[in-house]
Amino acid sequence: MDCSSMDAGFSSLRSEAAGAMRTVLVSAENLQLTLKPELSQEEQSLTHTNSSPKDSHKAGNEDLKEMLESSKESLKLEAMKRIVGLIAKGKSASELFPAVVKNVASKNIELKKLVYVYLVRYAEEQQDLALLSISTFQRALKDPNQFIRASALRVLSSIRVPIIVPIMMLAIKEAAADLSPYVRKTSAHAIQKLYSLDPDQKEQLIEVIEKLLKDKSTLVAGSVVMAFEEVCPDRIDLIHKNYRKLCNLLVDVEEWGQVVIISMLTRYARTQFTSPWMEGAEFDENKAFYDSDSEEKKDQTEAKPYVMDPDHRLLLRNTKPLLQSRNTAVVMAVAQLYWHLAPKHEVSIVTKSLVRLLRSHREVQYIVLQNIATMSIQRKGMFEPFIKSFYVRSTDATHIKTLKLEILTNLANEANISTILREFQTYVKSQDKAFAAATIQAIGRCATNISEVTDTCLNGLVLLLSNRDEAVVAESIVVIKKLLQTQPTQHGDIIKHMAKLFDNVTVPMARASILWLMGEYCEKVPKIAPDVLRKMAKTFTAEEDIVKLQTVNLAAKLYLTNSKQTKLLTQYILNLGKYDQNYDIRDRTRFIRQLIVPNEKSGALSKYARRMLLAPKPAPVLESAFKDRDRYQLGTLSHSLNLKATGYQELPDWPAVAPDQSVRNVEIVEPLREWAPIVGKTKQPKSDDKFYSDDEDEKEEEGSDSSGSGSEDSSSSSSSEESGSESEEESSEDSEKTSSDSGKSSSGSEKSSSESESDQKKKKKTKKAQQKKSKPTADSDSDENGNGPVGQASSSSSESSSDSESDSESDSESDSPAPKKKTEVKAKPKVAVNSKKEVSLLDLDDFSPAPTNAPKPSVLSQSLLSDLEGLSLSNISSAVQQEKKS
Amino acid sequence: MNQSQGFFKDIQISCLVVGWLLSNTASIILSFRVWGGQSMTDSAPSWFFYSAEMIHSLFLINHLGDIFLEKHWKSVISRSVCDYFFEAREKAVDPENVPPVLQTPHHYLISIYRGKLFFLSVIQTEVPPLFVIEFLHRVADTFQDYFGECSESVITDNLVIVYELLEEMLDNGFPLATESNVLKEMIRPPNILRSVVNTLTGGSNVGETLPQGQLSNIPWRRAGVKYANNEAYFDVTEEIDAIVDKSGTTVSAEIQGVIEACVKLSGMPDLTMSFMNPRLLDDVSFHPCVRFRRWESERVLSFIPPDGNFTLMTYHISSQNLVAIPVYVKQSINFFEAGSCGRLDITIGPKQTMGKTVEDLKVTIHMPKAVLNANLTATQGNYTYDCTTKMLVWDIGKLNPQKLPNLRGSLSMQTGVPNPEENPSLNIDLKIQQLAISGLKVSRLDMYGEKYKPFKGVKYVTKAGKFQVRT
Repeated sequence: MDCSSMDAGFSSLRSEAAGAMRTVLVSAENLQLTLKPELSQEEQSLTHTNSSPKDSHKAGNEDLKEMLESSKESLKLEAMKRIVGLIAKGKSASELFPAVVKNVASKNIELKKLVYVYLVRYAEEQQDLALLSISTFQRALKDPNQFIRASALRVLSSIRVPIIVPIMMLAIKEAAADLSPYVRKTSAHAIQKLYSLDPDQKEQLIEVIEKLLKDKSTLVAGSVVMAFEEVCPDRIDLIHKNYRKLCNLLVDVEEWGQVVIISMLTRYARTQFTSPWMEGAEFDENKAFYDSDSEEKKDQTEAKPYVMDPDHRLLLRNTKPLLQSRNTAVVMAVAQLYWHLAPKHEVSIVTKSLVRLLRSHREVQYIVLQNIATMSIQRKGMFEPFIKSFYVRSTDATHIKTLKLEILTNLANEANISTILREFQTYVKSQDKAFAAATIQAIGRCATNISEVTDTCLNGLVLLLSNRDEAVVAESIVVIKKLLQTQPTQHGDIIKHMAKLFDNVTVPMARASILWLMGEYCEKVPKIAPDVLRKMAKTFTAEEDIVKLQTVNLAAKLYLTNSKQTKLLTQYILNLGKYDQNYDIRDRTRFIRQLIVPNEKSGALSKYARRMLLAPKPAPVLESAFKDRDRYQLGTLSHSLNLKATGYQELPDWPAVAPDQSVRNVEIVEPLREWAPIVGKTKQPKSDDKFYSDDEDEKEEEGSDSSGSGSEDSSSSSSSEESGSESEEESSEDSEKTSSDSGKSSSGSEKSSSESESDQKKKKKTKKAQQKKSKPTADSDSDENGNGPVGQASSSSSESSSDSESDSESDSESDSPAPKKKTEVKAKPKVAVNSKKEVSLLDLDDFSPAPTNAPKPSVLSQSLLSDLEGLSLSNISSAVQQEKKS
Repeated sequence: MNQSQGFFKDIQISCLVVGWLLSNTASIILSFRVWGGQSMTDSAPSWFFYSAEMIHSLFLINHLGDIFLEKHWKSVISRSVCDYFFEAREKAVDPENVPPVLQTPHHYLISIYRGKLFFLSVIQTEVPPLFVIEFLHRVADTFQDYFGECSESVITDNLVIVYELLEEMLDNGFPLATESNVLKEMIRPPNILRSVVNTLTGGSNVGETLPQGQLSNIPWRRAGVKYANNEAYFDVTEEIDAIVDKSGTTVSAEIQGVIEACVKLSGMPDLTMSFMNPRLLDDVSFHPCVRFRRWESERVLSFIPPDGNFTLMTYHISSQNLVAIPVYVKQSINFFEAGSCGRLDITIGPKQTMGKTVEDLKVTIHMPKAVLNANLTATQGNYTYDCTTKMLVWDIGKLNPQKLPNLRGSLSMQTGVPNPEENPSLNIDLKIQQLAISGLKVSRLDMYGEKYKPFKGVKYVTKAGKFQVRT
């Protein structure tokens, strides 16, 4: 059946060609389909009616064709549904192309959609027939309905037929200038499709991308950045002017776009900003970088302490809230951004969110654990408090268990090792033996890394030697062997113990390990070692290759140290080895014989035999399998596979000197230093400032800024007024961007902080308002003024944290209404100033219109009214305005 | 400028030709052929150009290893690519153990396992694996949402809808519409009545009107929602993940909370939910509708909800906080070398239940292979032992503090097989109604933006998540 369906396209050929030809065709079906479909399909379209009657499948398609050609809509629809069913099952329906394509202009939306599905699937194979449909799409591109325009462009661009490249190009250009953001989004998608169809169009497509990058719609942002990443990821210059806009839009972009934008901005930041990591940072990744110009760097840091570029800070600040996304890919994207871009002490804020992801699906856990494993090698401290989240459950999948084990081992230190070892004890008993074996490896690693527990671990492992499960015993032996090598002196007992076990152990690796130990430390067990060799001589021929090699090894070492007892045994084993089937063993045997048994041919080498064979060997280093994964950017496919995937782009190193910062200025109104923090500020809740305490300048500015625009403080200092007006200018400029976008920013998550601050007050006020509903608005006005002095107080200590501010506010709230009435009179002049201020507030609101905080319109304060002025979306604002008038 | 004019002319010509072709469909194929053939040779290299789209193809595979659906967003990739996956599947024994990310010579395979089905996506270039995994789960969620379950039979029964959904969800390998509200406007979910009507009238399940949601500033909510009864229900569900060791001490315990909402409100309501004790919430994640900034500054959830069912937020209360463990378990499981038998004795009692009743109590034990059968008596509830899967399930029901449920008896073991090293761990299931074990409480829910008075309700329930007692 499958065969017949696959070569349905060749029916005509088949009817002509001989049987031999047919077998060739069948064997190379796929190849044929892609290499020369045009011939067969044309022939087939000509001789379509003569298709072979033998083929039952074909007969089925025949009635589908009839249905498609009938005049009844429902029959056509039914036929299309069955055809889509065929496609879904991977069966060929390509010979129906001519019949299907006629329905492309159908009025029935569902029929049309199914035809689209069909077209996209088969257009590539039936190029010339596919062209029949093009004019329909061209007409649809001019449709007044944006949705039809978009879907026409979608299908048109999905038809992978090279001849329509110019048509597609034109359609993309037009769609990129469409009024509807949805159509523009579709055009961004089409760019990638056209580029993959015809890379020669690159230059023209870059022009379109440049244009779309300027787009202010959140709908478009993700898609165009995706196109940028595919077509011209190296044209970083296109991003400069849009950098701040992208940062600010980020919160409102749809989830998938966020991932793409974040990863692009990570790369961008690595090329445009200087490293925030101080000297002596233990990032292996950048060691080379630091080493190469550490001198220069030191000079710099001495001369001028590191100051983070405000744009760098803007990016970190605007991505932080996305850690709370429900989309695990977004959380991971932000986590890697912080890992690669943030100052060391800030990286740890991603920990909680990553740990949260561990509750998600198995596959998500897998990827997240891999990334945590890499992170935990370099930064133990980040995950140490969450160590219990990595405890293994018996219901976890094996690869999850091993990853958790890896992380637990990475996190082990002097303080927590006893807890971890106790946990490991449970795991060793697990029914999942592969996991138990991995646990033993992990214990070995802990023992070498933390010298305090080496003995404890060793004793524990020795106890495991009496375990009933062979895999566990074998693994223990291997690990003990490695541990003994690190401190062989005092462990004669263990070696004896293992020699006793030797008869019962059958796992080759374990047997080989014991033999090696015997040989290496034969002086410590002078009586047992020759006996073991004697046993081996008996079973030599039946052993595995690694065991044989180690037997030869042991024989040689014993011969050198105790030739009296073992000479004959050694001779015997060497003779056995000489005629072994495996050439490695024959080879080794010959080599050993020449080395240890002096004769005239062996020359000077045998003098050194003892030094060669019994040389002290360095202990093996037990280290994490994730040790070298940090070469790859976190969260990437390459990181997951630990191998460079096709299309992987290395994360560039920080530049030694930052490139020109001014390239990102959209319009240079104010000097950059003042500009950026304010824009950042408008997006920034107070609580963040508390956290980012590294930049004093910035903070001061922000503090004064917030007191200016945030609290309705009439007596704020002149400097804060200035900064307020600055922000006004900037925001009005921005507001052009955003408002044109039909207030998309209304999702409100990017509310300005000034708003959120006043929100806070609003909230309380409305609460109060509910308590004393009967009071007129004038009262709440006085309320407002009552807040004045408090605001002043908080502004005077602008450095104070948000907590303290809100405290002081709530203090004022707890005041009884009486003192407020007192201030009413005093407040009069302040009201005047207040109204002056309102202008700026109003503009700020325009900048980010938010239906968010639409409170109950019952009783509203003056400040609230001004806050709501900018709301274009909610019907409340009009209600509010009415109230204001009244 | 000149260049672009020339370009225009070119296109006009081709448009003309194509338009003319369309009007003469039947007779024109022959003359068309020459032109088409020529174009093919010109553009041959493009066949070999690999594009860097994110998700190239999707295969759905059932537990028997049959591919029952395939969808390609770009050129077709042969099914044989799945052979690499089948190989790994074979090796893994258990379907849960198949590595989610695999590498083949020319492609990368990223798969998820949901409801006994594998969703296998084919990737050609570097892409964040979580991006793909998250998307595949979103696809599975959408199927679940549309058809009530996500199984092979429903998917094959609704193949056309599935195909239409996949078409809408991904464009050229990049996610397009993944919001359930938006999708439902474009493609209606099936229901029995409609399918009957459709067969009679030839109607369709594709929306006649065009979606507004995609285009509005609130992409997750459809416009023009109207209900006669306006209601908003919130279910606060908390799951306790805990590991309790042999002696009864808690090794680790954390709470995973989720607030599921069912909002049926007309118009564009703007809701604000506040908590009595938001400080409890250690780490949270939100539906995109929730305003981050309001949460950060005021610890309230402010949002314009999607229509219908959705997950408003999930939260995590980590092991650093004290987590109440509702029940204690006294157990002893022993295997004796002599006589090849074992003894089992389990008693469960209430610990920290906050005065509520523990319901739906269930103990599941995965016995070692050597256990052949169980001969037990339960003072309450029933037990079953499945000899093939080695699962002992004791279904207790309601926990009565006066008379503690007990399960005891003997286990018959395979003779000649060494005793199992490890005693099996007990997995506990339970439910406590009207209680969020963390103590979280919703203090109020306010609605702005609409005039009517909605009916509001909040329900709490605590469940055992991954609750394991080691023995």
